[in-house]
Amino acid sequence: MPPTSPVSRDIGVLRAGWGYASVTDKIAGLVLTRPVRWPWLAAFLATLAGTLVYLGAITYLFIKGVGIWGINIPVGWGFAIANFVWWVGIGHAGTFISAVLLLLRQRWRTSINRFAEAMTLFAAGMAGLFPILHLGRPWFAYWLAPYPNRMDLWPQWRSPLVWDVFAISTYLLVSALFWYLGMLPDLATMRDRAQSRGKQVTYGLLALGWRGEARHWARHETAYLLLAGLATPLVISVHSVVAMDFAIGNTPGFHSTIFPPYFVAGALFSGFAMVLTIAIPLRRAFDLKDFITDVHLDHAAKVLLATGSLVAYGYLVENFMAFFSGDRFEIAMTVDRWTGAYAPVYWSMLACNVLLPQVLWWRCARRNTVLLFFLAIFINMGMWMERFTIVVQSTHHDFMPSAWGLFIPTRWDWIFLFGSISMFAWLFLVFIRLLPTISISEMRELVKESA
Amino acid sequence: MTAQDPRWALMAEYETAEALVAAAQTAHDAGYRHAEAYAPYAIEGLAEAVGHRRSAIPALTLAGGFAGGAIGYVMQWYAAVESYPEEVGARPLHSWPMFVPVTFEMTILFAAFTAFFAVLLANGLPRLAHPIFDAPDFDLATRNRFFLCLRTDDPAFDEAKAIALLDSTAPLRRAEVAR
Repeated sequence: MPPTSPVSRDIGVLRAGWGYASVTDKIAGLVLTRPVRWPWLAAFLATLAGTLVYLGAITYLFIKGVGIWGINIPVGWGFAIANFVWWVGIGHAGTFISAVLLLLRQRWRTSINRFAEAMTLFAAGMAGLFPILHLGRPWFAYWLAPYPNRMDLWPQWRSPLVWDVFAISTYLLVSALFWYLGMLPDLATMRDRAQSRGKQVTYGLLALGWRGEARHWARHETAYLLLAGLATPLVISVHSVVAMDFAIGNTPGFHSTIFPPYFVAGALFSGFAMVLTIAIPLRRAFDLKDFITDVHLDHAAKVLLATGSLVAYGYLVENFMAFFSGDRFEIAMTVDRWTGAYAPVYWSMLACNVLLPQVLWWRCARRNTVLLFFLAIFINMGMWMERFTIVVQSTHHDFMPSAWGLFIPTRWDWIFLFGSISMFAWLFLVFIRLLPTISISEMRELVKESA
Repeated sequence: MTAQDPRWALMAEYETAEALVAAAQTAHDAGYRHAEAYAPYAIEGLAEAVGHRRSAIPALTLAGGFAGGAIGYVMQWYAAVESYPEEVGARPLHSWPMFVPVTFEMTILFAAFTAFFAVLLANGLPRLAHPIFDAPDFDLATRNRFFLCLRTDDPAFDEAKAIALLDSTAPLRRAEVAR
């Protein structure tokens, strides 16, 4: 009797009873055979409407200028930059999961890396828009790129804002390459499983003729590991550079050496919160509880706890250093943070980012999906409030009392925030219906390992 | 030179990864240097079994990274020192620490693109048409089946021996792949 195809045993990150064929058909079927159902359609139409509103708002912004927002001196950055930092941070979890957990040989990465990377791309895309929207003269956005020109001008290489252009665009491109390279074998699966000619041709073109030859797999694996090795320092560098946008300025509340590591921890914190926000409804809607198990949620919750603790340490050090430095402006800014106009935001942030995540010390909380989902939403909000506090509260209360001023968001500020969230969600909804949400080839490998 | 064989290869299909690795090893031991093995995921040891030794991708990636870093650094140095020197309070024009972040990002960017295109180039992709795609059952190579091909243009190829070799590995089926 010849040996038969392996069937998975329950290893926590994969439930029992799955084989090569069944994981393939399950994941490919989500795209190819599953009919469109009303919850997806309702979410799709709602977020599409939000996306259209967002695009309309962008058009209006380009016509009228940034004056439609509540920004004015001294608060010149406002929501746009807070949104930018928030979105970049969210984008960090995908690459962290794909690259760092790959290098660390964490098996729980396998079933969540694909959609986490998609999340990264879309979040980084949303982030990349905001600095351009925020330009006073957005039609000169291309001046950020270095190219020989008759104006004889170059970007200012000593400015972190220019570093940011390089960091974010490198991050977007490398994440896209990593995502696509990892998806090639799955696109070939889609090509071979598709029934209609149109789908066969489309997936076939995207798969570039992948046929799964042994040497191809070997080179693919080498390149994938290399990209992971390159993406690992990249992911650390990106939010460090974003942090330096602030830290190099001498404004109280910005000028702090802890910013780069504290921003990276905050990025992973908000990114994992977004992964949970997406994974929990996704695994329910697509019946993926055998692939994205309670063990995955538990691990992600532990990462939340760890990175949340680092963020809490960051808050502590910020406050401590303000007083330890003896700098009057730092102290005044810190007291304003506690008691000033934006104090409710600061205290809500502490509640969301420091107080609430403490429930994760208990295993029963980490395994409670409803609780985790709402906690993740609160952490998302808390991290946005952190970005808001850093951007707005610091600048509204700097050195001279005569230069102090309030920032009050207009309705356009809110439209841009919720518009970008809508567009992000819309892109994600499109993604889960067009591309395999979970890496099929890596799931087959996991089946083999577990059997 | 004899007339070209109308067949591209003889192919055997297997149920498990172990069977494919064993068969690939048998073919390699029998002198086949161009045997091709197809699998739905990256099987450890399979590439070695068909005789794949090492690839130039890591070295190329390293070179790409160095090139990117050099381009990034020289670009900044040229802009800040040669093309548009701007003195600010007698600070040095060649302020190298401030050039590190962009140099780093360019290193990663170029290395990543090199790795990506190196793997496509080395694999001969994109190649949308290939004889193997017309082979029976081959759509399962991206699902749950494993295939070994003995190419007719392999110097070691001999029809009777190849058939005997494939049959000795107990495949699910054996088939011919048209050119």
